[in-house]
Amino acid sequence: MDLTLKIWRQPDASQKGRFVDYQVQNISADASFLEMLDILNERLVIEGEDPVAFDHDCREGICGACSLYINGRPHGPDKGITTCQMHMRRFKDGETIVIEPWRARPFPVIKDLMVDRTAFDEIIRAGGYVSINTGGVPDANAIPIPKRDADTAMDAASCIGCGACVAACKNASAMLFVSAKVSQFAVLPQGKVEARERVQNMVAKMDELGFGNCTNTYACEAECPKEISVSHIARMNREFLSSKVVSEKTK
Amino acid sequence: MSKSAFSYSSIAKKIVMSLAGLFLTSFLVVHLIINLLILFDDSRELFNQAAHFMATNALIQVFQYVLFFGFILHIILGLILQIQNWVARPIRYEKKGFSELSYFSKFMIHTGAIIFIFLIIHFVNFFIKAKFGHIEPITYASGTYEDLGLLIVKLFEDGGYVIFYVISILLLGFHLDHGFQSAFQSLGLNHSRYTPFIKAFGTIFSIALTLGFITIPLVIYFS
Repeated sequence: MDLTLKIWRQPDASQKGRFVDYQVQNISADASFLEMLDILNERLVIEGEDPVAFDHDCREGICGACSLYINGRPHGPDKGITTCQMHMRRFKDGETIVIEPWRARPFPVIKDLMVDRTAFDEIIRAGGYVSINTGGVPDANAIPIPKRDADTAMDAASCIGCGACVAACKNASAMLFVSAKVSQFAVLPQGKVEARERVQNMVAKMDELGFGNCTNTYACEAECPKEISVSHIARMNREFLSSKVVSEKTK
Repeated sequence: MSKSAFSYSSIAKKIVMSLAGLFLTSFLVVHLIINLLILFDDSRELFNQAAHFMATNALIQVFQYVLFFGFILHIILGLILQIQNWVARPIRYEKKGFSELSYFSKFMIHTGAIIFIFLIIHFVNFFIKAKFGHIEPITYASGTYEDLGLLIVKLFEDGGYVIFYVISILLLGFHLDHGFQSAFQSLGLNHSRYTPFIKAFGTIFSIALTLGFITIPLVIYFS
C-alpha cells in the first residue's frame, strides 16, 4: 500500500517543530506500524536525510516504550494495544496518517516523536513502591489475600507507564497512571503500611510536575493499551480524601 | 495562609468542586418544584405563597448566603482547574482526539460560561427585583402577597427571552449530565454495582430537570 505520512519533526525541545509530509510506497499490509517507519527511515538514511526519531524497545506490547499519537489517537486506532502491536492492515491504501508526539507540558519533546517521560519516574520515586528493608524472602502465601483483591492489584499493575493516558486526556492529566500505581498497592496488605504517605506524595508530585486536572472524561480508559479502569482513579480519590482527613500533621 | 487556591492539590479542588456542584444541583430541584407551582393555577396563588415563604423563612435566608458561596466556589474552582488544564498542554494536537466516553465533559467550561451569563441576567430580572424592587401586591382569600408570578408571566410573553431561557436551560442540562456522575467519581464513589445506576440516574435526572424548567416558559408563551 502507498501512504502519505504527516510527521512532526523537531530537532530538540528548544527549537520549534513542524509537520513534514513523506510518501511511502509498497508497504505490506502485514507490516507493523513501526516496521513501516523503519522502512521510511532506511530510505531517509540512504538519501542522506535525518531519520525520524521515535521510541520503541520490546515491540511485544509489554515495555511501554513506544508511543505515537496516530490520527488523533494514542497508539493508533485499535483498542487495547500499543503502537508496536498495530499493523498496516488497519489503514487504507492512499490514506494520509498524521503522526504526532505525546503533547503535555511535563513530557517535553526530545526529538521528533520522542518525548521525555522522566516525569512518570519522578512520580514513582515519590511513593510508588513498598519499602521492605529487612528479612529474607517471605513465603508467597504467608499472607492470605482475597482473590478479588489480588486480581484488582494485578489489573492495576498491568500499567506499562507508556503515557497514553496523558496523551489522550484533553487536560494532559496523569490521573490514570498515578491511580494505577496507587491502586496496585492500596488493595494489598503489603501496601497498606505506607498507603497514606504514598497517595499524598504521589499526587503532590503529579501536581508539581504540571499535569492537568482530571475532568472525568474517561478518554484515558478508552485509549489505555492495558485497558486500565477509571475505577482506580476513584479509588485514588478515596484514598487521598481519607488519608488527608485522618493523617496527623507531618513533623 | 501561604497557600493560594492554585497550590491546593488537584484532587482536593475536584472534591470541593463536586460537593459544590451537588449542592447547587439540590438547589435546582427546589427551584424547579417552586417554579412548577406557577402552572398549577391561573391566579398564581400557590406560587406566590411559596415565593413568599422562600423570601421570609429564616432558614432559607441563611441558606441563600450558603448558596451564593457555593456558586462562587464552583465558578472560581472551575476556572482555576480549566486554566491549569490549558497550561498543561502548551502545543495542541494537529488531529484532535475523539475517544471521550463522557462527551459533555469537553464543554463544561463553555456550558458553564453561558450558564453564568444566564445567571447574571436571571439575577437582574428576578432576584434583584424581588428583593429590592417594588412588586405589586395581590390579594387572595388566604392573604396578600407580592405578585412575583406576574413578573414571570410578563417576561415569558417575550419570545426572544423564551428562546434565550430555553437554550440556557438546555446547556444546563448538558452540564448536569456530565457533572452528576463526575461528582461521584471525584468523591471516589465508583462501584461496579452502583456506578452504572448513578450514570443512568444522572442522565434521566438531567433530562427531567431540563424538561421541567423548559415547560414553564413554553406553556406561558403559547397560552
